[in-house]
Amino acid sequence: MSAIGAGSQGLWFVSRASGLAVLASFSAVMVLGVAQRLGSAPRRWPRFAVAELHRTLALFSVAFLALHVVTAILDPYVSIGWAATVLPFASGYRTLAVGLGTLAVDFGGAVLLTSLARVRLGWRAWRAVHWLAYVAWPVAFVHALTAGNDLRIWWVALAVWGSAVAVATAAVARLLEAIRPGTRSGRPTEGPAATSGQVMREATPGHARS
Amino acid sequence: MTGAAARLRVNPIACDGRGLCAEILPELITLDDWGFPVVRDGDVPDGLYPEAREAVRLCPKLALWLER
Amino acid sequence: MRAASSHHQLADSPGPRLSQLPRLLAADPWAGPASLAEHIGRYGLPPSPGLDQPRRRALIDEVAQSGLAGRGGAGFPAARKLAAVAARRRALVVANGTEGEPASAKDKVLLAVSPHLVVDGAVLAAEIVGADEVTVVVHHAVREIVDAAADERRRAAFDRVRIQVATGAGGFVAGEASAVVHWIERGVAAPTLTPPRLSERGLRGRPTLVQNVETLAHLALVARFGAAWFRKAGTPEEPGSMLVTILGAVPDPGVHEVAIGTPIDEVLGRAGGPAAPLQALLLGGYSGTWVSAAAAALPYSSASLATLGASVGAGLIAALPGDACGLAETARVVRYLADESAGQCGPCLFGLSAVAGEIQRLADGRLSDLSTVRRWLGQVDGRGACHHPDGVVRLVRSALSVFGDELERHSQGWCCATGTASVLPVPVRRHR
Repeated sequence: MSAIGAGSQGLWFVSRASGLAVLASFSAVMVLGVAQRLGSAPRRWPRFAVAELHRTLALFSVAFLALHVVTAILDPYVSIGWAATVLPFASGYRTLAVGLGTLAVDFGGAVLLTSLARVRLGWRAWRAVHWLAYVAWPVAFVHALTAGNDLRIWWVALAVWGSAVAVATAAVARLLEAIRPGTRSGRPTEGPAATSGQVMREATPGHARS
Repeated sequence: MTGAAARLRVNPIACDGRGLCAEILPELITLDDWGFPVVRDGDVPDGLYPEAREAVRLCPKLALWLER
Repeated sequence: MRAASSHHQLADSPGPRLSQLPRLLAADPWAGPASLAEHIGRYGLPPSPGLDQPRRRALIDEVAQSGLAGRGGAGFPAARKLAAVAARRRALVVANGTEGEPASAKDKVLLAVSPHLVVDGAVLAAEIVGADEVTVVVHHAVREIVDAAADERRRAAFDRVRIQVATGAGGFVAGEASAVVHWIERGVAAPTLTPPRLSERGLRGRPTLVQNVETLAHLALVARFGAAWFRKAGTPEEPGSMLVTILGAVPDPGVHEVAIGTPIDEVLGRAGGPAAPLQALLLGGYSGTWVSAAAAALPYSSASLATLGASVGAGLIAALPGDACGLAETARVVRYLADESAGQCGPCLFGLSAVAGEIQRLADGRLSDLSTVRRWLGQVDGRGACHHPDGVVRLVRSALSVFGDELERHSQGWCCATGTASVLPVPVRRHR
């Protein structure tokens, strides 16, 4: 095999691997985000730890994502072009599949940027954009299904579909909480005060709040 | 690090009683019977200033702030 | 048509016949609201300070000298509020006649009898602070009357500022100053967080003066007749007259105007005196304070009532007869107040409801241990965005003190009350 061919193989491999890593970590971020909101992480985990983990993993995902995108574009065997990083459907190679990836980056990027500027933006604006995470994930997922060829590998399929199940469960739990507040799928995470606080609150008629 | 004297304040309307602040700053913040934070009066001691800023940053509802 | 502004009116005032009470309620309440012509005939023309800074400053000084304090319950010096807003640009004025307190009727009566006096005061306040618009927020019961008064003035091109009339929201907290602003702006009658203060950022982000309608009515008279005239009634520390709603065990409940400092039993005498031996008085409003019946000997002023931990508040006196149960009355009121929480702040929403439950158990004789309710009162006090929870805490603590003997009896399964009618009116629960 020629040097260029080997290099290209290498880049493509890294792109596929980092793509899988992004999907896995992004899925973990989604699950953690819901867990933090619903207070359903394991009891011994402090809430701030869940919050920090959600945040740290999100930043990790960005790192994996950068690797995934850059290696794919640098690979000379496929013509994707730099524009496709943010401009959907600008890729010559597998336009639709890659375009979905770009869309996921766009939505995810909005979530990321607003989260970094959270304090300046205020809670309402931050939250409005944060909902886009629920759009970014399915788009990224369909991108994973259509842009990659690795699902025939059993453990890749396991990771991909496992992630889907995890995120779907989290999303359903979040939806239930939105329509019927107080239906918590798990227990509050920390000490007696917060737990009994939860019990006290649910004992109060008309307690439902956002 | 010494910061200028600052008080930790809670916006009771934004606060949802999620309880992260009390975990980070148990010296200054306790939770009432319903899980909502009670902040001790007075300025934040210098030694706890980093934790106070952490609590402000991590509050899911951005309900905490440091007031000079 | 109004004559040219007459700022010299302060010097040669027809005031003397008005030094005696009534001042605000000088019109015959049975004759319906005074028309603009009747109003001018009775009180004279309002002075207009114009847009001139020295005149505005002079009027603020006059108000400061008069010692006029807010009549909405807090008793904050009116001149200070005026000065704070006057120091800023693009101000707005809100006249607060919402009267969320269900047992109080003074603002409604004032607006029904002398709407022009209130609007005069609002317009005057607007000219002092440099606002081009006043919004008069009124209880729905008097909306038509105030609309008619505003229309009359517009037709006569009487005022230099724009007058809007709005109906206040129902509900106890709806009368709170920031809640009124929130209501006008967004249709949500819930208090907002201060800081920033309304005098800095209020309605539409502009510096806003929110004053009770009674305060503005007094302002309209101070501007006409001067600080010295205003001080002819009342006490040196709390000058002037005030409107009082008297209810409970009196033959003739209603709104009366009294000079501050009048002995309380004389004030009760205006409503016909106690109809039965009294056990206690509720002063200020539903977020006010219970005091024992012996307090009726005291002058009706916040200075003298402070010795009992009470104040005149929003001018309510409820007389509790000996045959009523103070704990049961308090329990009903506290449950009402808990339900009236705007629901924005956890300690208020949950804490008040919990306290209401405990007080009901106390009233029913099913509870004798006060430690839990006392802990909750301490946890709720001062922990809301507004003072609603503080008022409930004040009411409950005073009840536990004044009705201490009754508590003893209740804990043993006895209640002294023989009357069956409730004394304090509580609205039927509204569904949100």
